[in-house]
Amino acid sequence: MIDFLHSIIVLLNFIIIPGISYGSQLALGALGVTFVYAILRFANFAHGEIMSFGAMITILFTWFFQSQNIGLGILPTALLALPVGIIATIILCIISDKFVFQYYRYQKSVPVVLAMVSIGVMFVINAIIRIVIGTETIKFSDGQKFIMKAKQFKVMTGLNEGLALKSSQVITILITILLLTFTFWFLQKTKTGKSMRAFSDNEDLALLSGINPDRVVSTTWIIVGVLACVAGTLYGLDKSYKPIIYLNLVLPIFASAIVGGIGSPFGAVVGGYVIAFSEIMVTYAYKKFFVYLLPSSLEPSGLVQLLSTDYKFAVSFSILVIVLLIRPSGIFKGRVL
Amino acid sequence: MMKFERYEWVAITIMISLFIFVGFIQGWSVSLVILNMCIISAIMTMGVNISWGYAGVINFGVMGFLAMGGLAAVLVSYPPITESWQVGGRGLGISFALLVVLVIAVMYINKTIIQKRNRYILNSLIIFFGILIIRHFYLNATHNIEDVNPAIAGFLGGLGLPIIFSWIVGGFFAAGVAFVIGKVALGLRSDYLAIVTLGISEIVVSVLKHEEWLSRGVKNVIGLKRPVPYEINLQNTDWFIELVTYLNASKLNNIIDVSERQQVLNNLIIDASGIFVKLSYAILFLIVMFIIFYFANKAQLSPWGRMMRAIRDNETAANAMGKDVVKQHLIIFVIGAAIVGVAGAMLVTLDGLFTPSGYRPLRFTFIIWIMVIVGGSGNNLGAIFGGFVIWFSWIEAAPLTTFIINQLTIGLEPDNALKLHLLDSVPYFRYLLMGLILLLILRYRPKGIIPEKVRHS
Repeated sequence: MIDFLHSIIVLLNFIIIPGISYGSQLALGALGVTFVYAILRFANFAHGEIMSFGAMITILFTWFFQSQNIGLGILPTALLALPVGIIATIILCIISDKFVFQYYRYQKSVPVVLAMVSIGVMFVINAIIRIVIGTETIKFSDGQKFIMKAKQFKVMTGLNEGLALKSSQVITILITILLLTFTFWFLQKTKTGKSMRAFSDNEDLALLSGINPDRVVSTTWIIVGVLACVAGTLYGLDKSYKPIIYLNLVLPIFASAIVGGIGSPFGAVVGGYVIAFSEIMVTYAYKKFFVYLLPSSLEPSGLVQLLSTDYKFAVSFSILVIVLLIRPSGIFKGRVL
Repeated sequence: MMKFERYEWVAITIMISLFIFVGFIQGWSVSLVILNMCIISAIMTMGVNISWGYAGVINFGVMGFLAMGGLAAVLVSYPPITESWQVGGRGLGISFALLVVLVIAVMYINKTIIQKRNRYILNSLIIFFGILIIRHFYLNATHNIEDVNPAIAGFLGGLGLPIIFSWIVGGFFAAGVAFVIGKVALGLRSDYLAIVTLGISEIVVSVLKHEEWLSRGVKNVIGLKRPVPYEINLQNTDWFIELVTYLNASKLNNIIDVSERQQVLNNLIIDASGIFVKLSYAILFLIVMFIIFYFANKAQLSPWGRMMRAIRDNETAANAMGKDVVKQHLIIFVIGAAIVGVAGAMLVTLDGLFTPSGYRPLRFTFIIWIMVIVGGSGNNLGAIFGGFVIWFSWIEAAPLTTFIINQLTIGLEPDNALKLHLLDSVPYFRYLLMGLILLLILRYRPKGIIPEKVRHS
């Protein structure tokens, strides 16, 4: 019985908690991609860089607050800087729309041209980030690092297996719940949210019924800015901030959005968790888990690992390909590709 | 033979004069280094241009196909490591045979079982257990191979053939991968195809990075044999020394002192050997580039090329006229990828080393796409022009920004923090330049600098 408990704790510690926090970060990112896709109708390759930009501004202001000795006690200072980062990211989104994307929208360009344009934007933002903050890895989480250390848990429960709970994980999960609730409330209950959904569903009909497209578009960019900045900052807070990581993160984010059904906000969230959990579950070595669960005669000799951790990113893409083959519209019927 | 318009001659003249300019300012060696990479970039760009410009099939998997070409260069030219084959060859053979059996089994199930749910369940079961069994043999074999002298070997090695063959093999490798990708993904709408090809190219690169028995992974393969002479050999060859002496006769004759003359001659020979090697590369690459250019143009003007344009411009109409759109898309995707694969093998040949971790999408996919867009999709000369101009500005961006920053901050102290920070981040300004070029071209000249010619025949 105690062994069973141990094995559950192993799973919690190494799969479920990291999976939920990584999944939340992916879900927020995928939600942003899906919003751009649903309203503006193109695949935004610059999304990762927008996230990175938000995280960068947050870091800069975190440093500023730290130098002024302003802090939140046990909470990371980054939470204080986050609103500034969000505002800056929104401004970035609005500017890039005004100067770049708007033209092509008025021209009614095909989606693939807009995707190319977003690559140009990606390069520009990428350069700005590297020029401002360099390419070094930056750790900017301060305050209390662990809510519960593995050792404390062992002492508390008397079990052999520890359960660690990082504060960044808890913050990620709480903020995600907050933000998702707000976003879905906004989409379902407010007038602007409803007009956005109408616009996404049928543009011509929405225009006919008097919805102002410019308003819808700028609202979209504001939401995208908020989501991207929060997602980027949380990812940086949880792991560490490294500008080139965000370009690699674009792929799992796209995978999440498409797997969930692109254009469907709920699907994007689910897709985020699906991708995160499959990445972690496929590459986790289950040896410890089975050692607790099975009698010692059946103990596995190898690591019981399906794929080595090197293939983390490959897993998300394999899932994307499989989903596209079996159910091209994603889990929650998004647009048919 | 094709005829160039006047503006096309202007473009060609610009390309040539750029290199002469750099040759005089920064030295001929630098100029030739840039030229070689420009030619390779031009070939990559032609590869992408064939699928995107002719038929509108998007290919964001450039990086993966380049890496496959690079792998071909290793597998063709590296001397075989017999010990590795002895310890791991059989295990690999068994796992490969089992893989074939598995694929056949899955195909058989797909054919015989009609009910969808049963098919999925049976397929996933058989794949799961099949992979478990294959892994057993495979991991043992690869483990053994990687243990063979890990410091210098630890992989299977290659065939030990001249590396130049790998240019063709690289094309076939890339084509093989492209065929699989195309079979899976080509039905998708273009922006999804972009994402999927981008993702699959990541998978290809991560396989090359981590399957050490095949490509040595992150340990890299170095010391690949060259198709051209080595500098050190040239410096000891009589005819080369005579050639250099003859070319610099007037300069040498002015020096009276014998030992001093010998010193000058030696320096000249060292310089000249470097230039000679780079020039030989350039000639080889130019030959390949012209062959591909010739056939690409021929193909574009042929009935097949016309059909491709028809498919690109109106898929439905082309389909109604009885053209097999799916098949043609696959064909052109594979051809484009093959050309990129050739370029990938050439790239590794030029470097003499294979570094899987060096393949990054920003550098090897998106830059190539900027070349295509800037040059002009659908026009092969445009593709070459785009490759040359973009690679040139990619390289020359650093000296240029250093110059500009120095000019702008001329009033500041030499140890001003802002100035130092800006000078530190000079390498990143090239990304800014690339982004701006792409955005400006897409805005003001969406068809590219040398647009596709509208042909009425």
